[in-house]
Amino acid sequence: MEAKMMRRYDIMEVCLLAGKIMLQSGAETYRVEDTMMRIAASYGIKESHSYVTPTGIIFSIETEEPTKTKLIRINERSTDLEKVTLVNSLSRQISKGHLSVEEAFHALEKLDESDLSYPFKLQLLAATIASGCFLIMFLGSWNDFIPAAITGGVGYICLIYFQRVVPIKFFSEFLSSLIIGMLAFGFVQSGIGHQLDKIVIGSVMPLVPGLLITNAVRDLMAGHLVSGLSKGAEAFLTAFAIGGGVAVVFTLL
Amino acid sequence: MFVVEHMVTSFISAAAFGIIFNAPKQSLFKCGIVGMLGWMIYIVLFTVEIDTVIATLAASFVVAVVSQIFAKMYKTPVIIFSVAGIIPLVPGGIAYDAMRNFVQNDYNMAMNLAAKAFMISGSIAIGLVFSEVINQVIRNAKLSSSARRMR
Repeated sequence: MEAKMMRRYDIMEVCLLAGKIMLQSGAETYRVEDTMMRIAASYGIKESHSYVTPTGIIFSIETEEPTKTKLIRINERSTDLEKVTLVNSLSRQISKGHLSVEEAFHALEKLDESDLSYPFKLQLLAATIASGCFLIMFLGSWNDFIPAAITGGVGYICLIYFQRVVPIKFFSEFLSSLIIGMLAFGFVQSGIGHQLDKIVIGSVMPLVPGLLITNAVRDLMAGHLVSGLSKGAEAFLTAFAIGGGVAVVFTLL
Repeated sequence: MFVVEHMVTSFISAAAFGIIFNAPKQSLFKCGIVGMLGWMIYIVLFTVEIDTVIATLAASFVVAVVSQIFAKMYKTPVIIFSVAGIIPLVPGGIAYDAMRNFVQNDYNMAMNLAAKAFMISGSIAIGLVFSEVINQVIRNAKLSSSARRMR
């Protein structure tokens, strides 16, 4: 009896850890719920319920014994699609029966601690090139390519740096778009850049909350109204911070 | 030249966004393809002067369908591909324009642009929903036909 209870507790831990990693890495809420219930089902739990919001997970398992429920608080959210993919493939393996509860738990623990992100220089290069490319896509001219790329790269460095220093996400986004605005203005004033609007739009793109907007919509249509709306609010705040930061430059200069 | 320019830049920017969002290495190329497809549809419709809202709707629908096909083929979550494809369609530029007009006290223009940005993000949403619905219908049809065979 005691051993059975232990096992059930472990299953719960596996489900919650999987859910936590996915939610922290930016997966859609409905996918997190689905994955947790699938893992539980493949370990022989017939009834489990999960309630996931962007800031916390509540999960309960129903068996002959009294129902067990656990809550996990999620404070940090970032975007790491590789982790989402890895948890997804782990849950596939689990549902095929290739992994025992302990093996799965250890694999997830290792995944949780690991840092799989690309080196910062590569991310910076990506943000820089993307800014330049967006300028061309938004019908800018090629002689603005380099100013836009530099502005976008500097904006991205500022965002990462401010996010480490300032604990409030809204503020770090505001500051970095402020710097983008000033840099773009400087480029145009010194005659290196030509179209201020295009340069700003291109270089602001790496900060735009595209993933959040997509996620919010997908959550809303899956019927997860609370998480859809709260992610939408987060996306709106980010957009507002970016717009505000650039706008301040225009009013000051 | 115009087409090649847009194909190359949209491919690069979608793949670059894959790197920023830390998508797995082997899916970066596919992210680029999805982004390129979506943007090409948008920009072609845009140049033949079809309304931006409809162009965005068509592009986001195609992005979602291709992402779902890729997700099924490579057994990965849909989100990896759809995010990279959606990013260029997000009305960042218009939202920024609206914001700028607000600060410069031109509220009429600002409200116009804000409404447009809202409409465009709505059409991205509808494109995504629409492809999801079609996916569900196909899956249900397959399920019911296999159930019939069982009987």
